[in-house]
Amino acid sequence: MELLIFYPLALVSVGLALGVVLNKNPIGSAVCLIGMMLGLAAVFVLLQAHFLAILQILIYAGAIMVLFMFVIMLLNLRDDDKIWKVRERNIWLSSLTGAMMVGVLYKIIDIIAGAEFNAPAKVPDEFGTVEMVGTALFTDFVLPFEVASILLLAAMVGSVVLAKSKVD
Amino acid sequence: MVPLTHYLILSATLFSIGVLGVLVRRNAIVVFMCIEIMLNAVNITLIAFDRYLNQHDGQIFSFMVICVAGAEVSVGLAIVIALFRNKPTVNLDELNLMKW
Amino acid sequence: MSFVNLAFLVPLFPLIGSIINGFFGLKIGKDRVSWVACAGPVLSFVVTLILLVSIFFHPEGTPYPEQSLFTWISAGDFVVDFGLQIDPLSLVMMMVVTGVGSIIHIYSIGYMYKEYSYYRYFAYLNLFLFSMLLLVMGNNFLVMFIGWEGVGLCSYFLIGYYFEKKSACDAGVKAFIVNRIGDFAFLLAIFGIFKMFGTLDFSTVMAAAPTTLIYDSEAATLITLALFIGATGKSAQIPLYTWLPDAMEGPTPVSALIHAATMVTAGVYMVVRCSALFNMAPLTMMIIALVGGGTALFAATIGTCQYDIKRVLAYSTISQIGYMFLACGVGAYTAAIFHLVTHAFFKACLFLGAGSIIHGMNNEQDIRKMGGLKDHFPITYVTFVISTIAIAGIFPFSGFFSKDEILYHALMDGNVIYWGMGISGAFITAFYMFRLVFMTFHGPSHVDPQVHPHESPMAMTLPLIILAFLALIGGLLGIPLFHGWHLLHNFLAPVLAFDLETALHASERMLAEHGHHTSFAEVLHQAQRTSHNIWLEITLMLFSIGVALAGIATAWFFYIKKPELPGKLSKGQWGFDLVQNKYYIDELIDEALVKPIVKGSDLLWRQADARGVDGVVNGVAQTISLFSKIARSFQSGFVRNYAMFMVVGFIILLILI
Repeated sequence: MELLIFYPLALVSVGLALGVVLNKNPIGSAVCLIGMMLGLAAVFVLLQAHFLAILQILIYAGAIMVLFMFVIMLLNLRDDDKIWKVRERNIWLSSLTGAMMVGVLYKIIDIIAGAEFNAPAKVPDEFGTVEMVGTALFTDFVLPFEVASILLLAAMVGSVVLAKSKVD
Repeated sequence: MVPLTHYLILSATLFSIGVLGVLVRRNAIVVFMCIEIMLNAVNITLIAFDRYLNQHDGQIFSFMVICVAGAEVSVGLAIVIALFRNKPTVNLDELNLMKW
Repeated sequence: MSFVNLAFLVPLFPLIGSIINGFFGLKIGKDRVSWVACAGPVLSFVVTLILLVSIFFHPEGTPYPEQSLFTWISAGDFVVDFGLQIDPLSLVMMMVVTGVGSIIHIYSIGYMYKEYSYYRYFAYLNLFLFSMLLLVMGNNFLVMFIGWEGVGLCSYFLIGYYFEKKSACDAGVKAFIVNRIGDFAFLLAIFGIFKMFGTLDFSTVMAAAPTTLIYDSEAATLITLALFIGATGKSAQIPLYTWLPDAMEGPTPVSALIHAATMVTAGVYMVVRCSALFNMAPLTMMIIALVGGGTALFAATIGTCQYDIKRVLAYSTISQIGYMFLACGVGAYTAAIFHLVTHAFFKACLFLGAGSIIHGMNNEQDIRKMGGLKDHFPITYVTFVISTIAIAGIFPFSGFFSKDEILYHALMDGNVIYWGMGISGAFITAFYMFRLVFMTFHGPSHVDPQVHPHESPMAMTLPLIILAFLALIGGLLGIPLFHGWHLLHNFLAPVLAFDLETALHASERMLAEHGHHTSFAEVLHQAQRTSHNIWLEITLMLFSIGVALAGIATAWFFYIKKPELPGKLSKGQWGFDLVQNKYYIDELIDEALVKPIVKGSDLLWRQADARGVDGVVNGVAQTISLFSKIARSFQSGFVRNYAMFMVVGFIILLILI
């Protein structure tokens, strides 16, 4: 039953990811990326990570992609990648990537196949809820959480400094 | 039930697509998007293992990944804008002054 | 003793003066530079006076106060404090250094006023005083060594003060290098002392010396010999004296302060400070006495044939320090310090007088171009003559007391050979010093008609008068004959106290532990046998006054009565040529040591360094640049290339694991 949901989701996500790479227009890429994010949010729901799924939609599909769109519009990059076309170098690079993918897949199967991971663990009903994740976040992982907030603050300051027009 | 391997294969595929994009695209913003794809692929792995091991650590991890991604995108795009001011292009092949 | 806590101020004042003048001297103007420069030594002198008064209230029998400023080095058992020591010996030296130093600073204002880099001169001079005070005040060998090196460095700076002149630069380098030889030996001695005693503090080492060292053992002899070689370098004794005459290239006040009154006597101070060690090494003592007496005689003979007014004084300085070492060598440390003090007075006065003449004669230093100057330089003449009588040793001038004490001890505690060297040196000293006076101030004038000799300003004559006065009455510090009237002896006695009997018994015990049964009873008997003999002393005094008068008479006969006689007598005499050319010692050293070293260094440079070392270094650099050329091509600046390399690396990693 779950497989029936998983396969279409996976196929759509992969297709949209390819769309990001192959689209000549950056705006098209961005739209494909939003789609892919939403697909992955659904995959997260399938894994019972509801809180993360919500975050995925809110932050990625919402905030980050808006930022992307905003910059693309700001810089007016409509026709920038016109010259993009399949060339010898790109074929070589693609085959390189393909080789990498084959290698990674081989490793995954090599490592996972023998292990007893095919049947998922029995998890409590409240697994992945805001309560559970929040409890873990504010007890065991409170220090990384605070560090992350400092990181975000630093990023905020940094991006303001970088992007503002020259003072003198 | 979906076996863990399926999730991992999906993750690996998306990661490879991200890598491909970083390698073949010249547009800096698209390269950033492809990096986001890679980060998301990693998130799938983390959450899948989480589910199959009945833990929450992986979810916290992907939470952190999302934080870092947000920070990275904001700084990265600020750099792109700063670059664009100096030289009106986002073509990475023209931005090769950072060498030696 | 709360006053001791002021001790750190003594070296601090000159240091502050040096820093201010060194960094801001050009900005603040010459007048302020003079004030700053003279304030340092004068304030130090005042503090030293306070310390001197306080030391009289020091309870007898207790250790003298030391001020430890901070722990300098602490490595395992090896702990060295940066400490200052206030005891009679260091106080006497501090009095001389700050007192004569202050006078010479004031004199320098007049002498150097026309110089452009006036501030530089005073910065160096203050720095010198700082180093010298560290040298005499340090409570351990390492602080003393810092001062020791510091005065050497300042001496180098000041000799090479006229750095536009090649000869001045060369003289500075020569002084520095010759001093290094001595410094090296001194350093070795410090290592040896640490090995033997496990500490470098003077008080600990000196207290432990009688019971740690074995009398007349190899260790004691080697350590003291190394110390003495260090002293010969700094104090210009045979064989390391050659730098001092050349050092006269520096400004004249510098010659007076550094190369007559203070720095060159540092070696004597060091030997006296380590007297407990030297007492344990009779062989070294003999060598010191012989070197000292030999130098006294040898330098005096060279002095008779020099025509440069400052060089005559330089050889005279070497000769007088020889007397001090002669005194040390026979164990008469008080006499050495006494002569050091009186010598500081009269020799500083002589140098300053020479400076006054040079100043008034437009930098003429050749005494053959002087003569009849006594009317032009009345004050200088009087002070110069007073100091000359003092150095010649005529009653009741200061030099008489100190020199006769040395000669008396040379005969009583030494033997007739030491005394013979001393007394013949005294004769020659009287001769060449009065030769200098007669050729400069008396007789017909040989002054260049374009030069108009004139007396120097107040700032220069006042120091002369003070120093001449001190040279006149300095002898009161140590009145002989009457027991207990020798102030300096009573003052220094606690520092120099040494119980030979205990030391000898301790040595006998230590030797017995090693299975050697030696008796030092003979040595002890010898030491106790000598006693004070007033009639002998009076006889010796009369004799040496007679000798000095004979020297003066000879000089008068040669240079006033029959001025043409010396030229006739010396013509064609190989002996005269030998002496006039300073026994060809400089040439000998040049041929025997300097040239082979230069040749060897040249060979090393061309072969070993240029080919070998440079070849390796360049080869390494070339290889690296070759590899980096390859590595550089990876760093193209294209972001996508970097990403590609990462992917390639990732694939390689996948294959490997």
